[in-house]
Amino acid sequence: MSAARRDVRITVNGRTYAVSVEPRLLLVDFLRHECGLTGTHVGCAHGVCGACTVVLDGASVRSCLTFAVQADNSEITTVEGLADGESLNALQRAFHENHALQCGYCTPGFLMSLTEFLRETPDPSEAEIRERLSGNLCRCTGYANIVRAVQAAVQEM
Amino acid sequence: MKPAPFEYFVPEAADEALALMAEHGLEARPLAGGQSLVPLINMRMAQPGVLIDLNRCAEFAYLREDGDALVSGPMTRQRELELSPIVRRHCPLIAKAMPHMGHATIRNRGTAGGSLSHADPSAELPGVAVAMDAELIAGGPNGRRAIPATEFYLAELTTALEPEEMLCEIRFPKATENSRASFAEVGSHFGGLAIVGVAGQVEISASGHCNKVALAATGAGERPMRLTSAEALLTGQVLDERIIPDAAEAAAADVEPLEDLHASAHWRRRAVVAMTAQALREIASQGVG
Ligand SMILES: Cc1cc2nc3c(=O)[nH]c(=O)nc-3n(C[C@H](O)[C@H](O)[C@H](O)COP(=O)(O)OP(=O)(O)OC[C@H]3O[C@@H](n4cnc5c(N)ncnc54)[C@H](O)[C@@H]3O)c2cc1C
Ligand code: FES
Ligand code: FES
Repeated sequence: MSAARRDVRITVNGRTYAVSVEPRLLLVDFLRHECGLTGTHVGCAHGVCGACTVVLDGASVRSCLTFAVQADNSEITTVEGLADGESLNALQRAFHENHALQCGYCTPGFLMSLTEFLRETPDPSEAEIRERLSGNLCRCTGYANIVRAVQAAVQEM
Repeated sequence: MKPAPFEYFVPEAADEALALMAEHGLEARPLAGGQSLVPLINMRMAQPGVLIDLNRCAEFAYLREDGDALVSGPMTRQRELELSPIVRRHCPLIAKAMPHMGHATIRNRGTAGGSLSHADPSAELPGVAVAMDAELIAGGPNGRRAIPATEFYLAELTTALEPEEMLCEIRFPKATENSRASFAEVGSHFGGLAIVGVAGQVEISASGHCNKVALAATGAGERPMRLTSAEALLTGQVLDERIIPDAAEAAAADVEPLEDLHASAHWRRRAVVAMTAQALREIASQGVG
């Protein structure tokens, strides 16, 4: 029976996890509970808020709308994979320096969506930045500082 | 763990996927991008017993020209439709509509076939397919059959697909060289599901006359609706301010909006008029011939 557990190999931030999972296990729950990577947050669990965004084989995806089995043989980057040890990457630093986070709940999702965005669009206009940010909700900082942080990161990168 | 348990199959070939659909019938749902189905599963508003995951069916993900049609597999991602040069060139209406569909991260996963089969009356792509007279190819136990987009949508979230059938291909007629396209919509916020949208494609002759007019509204009835009165009024006419307001007003008679949480029926009807005018003006601004 296929409702039974399935063996998967998923590489997260360079480390490979070979585990068996129930098909209904969401990728976000796999990351948080099986890998202990609690930087990926759950806000809404239906795709709207963007807090759970991770990069799957190079593309940003909602990990609350993806099952872990679907990531078999894939590579995932989560927010924990951005910094080099203790030193933040340019985007993270720009968020820190421009006060682009307050409670930080939404931040990992913003960072992962923007990681893909800045790779595809290295020199974005403010309109393009705002369009990309529309896919993630922040309920406390407000977006002005987040736009500023992205612009600062672009200067750095 | 939010989703209820289900049996999971991940076929690698189209035939295998169709055989699984035939075997599991009513109990089974195809899983495409998951951007509409998984929210329903997470909220347990849907509890399919069997999920047939199409994401490893490479055969279902393609985009190519075939004579006078642009042909898409059901698993072609919305993000690819948005960025593909052949879509922009041959089906500009699709390229114009795509950025309105959710967000880039949603379009990375969301598919052509998933959006068309889900049949949300406010969704952009079904409106585009209806405006373009696309042909939807269903596959099932008795082989394949072609369904015109205008006959595919029966009611909210309900299509002409039989339970054992799957959408296997979408054929969009290529727009002619002198076609102009626009998609106008109004919603509560950018990237959210729109309240009302209007898809327009108009073939404009060198003399500035409308040879062929195709208009469809979303969010203005149980399914995407062609704006036939507006189309008739515009055909053979010069597309300018002398006719745009009348054509937009005519569109009000072509829709059957329902009232819901987001807007009253009256508001939706007026929004159809406003969005028709906006789409037509944008088309007129693109020039002729
Ligand atoms: C935050 C957010 C914002 C969104 N905004 C918009 C928006 O503005 N406009 C818009 O149109 N949509 C929007 N969507 C929905 C999105 O476009 C979905 O991708 C789309 O509705 C479904 O496509 P999917 O590939 O994700 O399909 P799935 O969610 O996998 O499937 C949807 C349904 O179609 C069925 N299905 C899938 N493939 C087939 C097939 N080949 N044959 C038969 N049945 C099939 C499934 O069984 C399911 O019932 C949004 C979604 C989210 C999460
Ligand atoms: S938790 Fe995934 S989008 Fe909100
Ligand atoms: S920093 Fe609190 S929600 Fe964005």
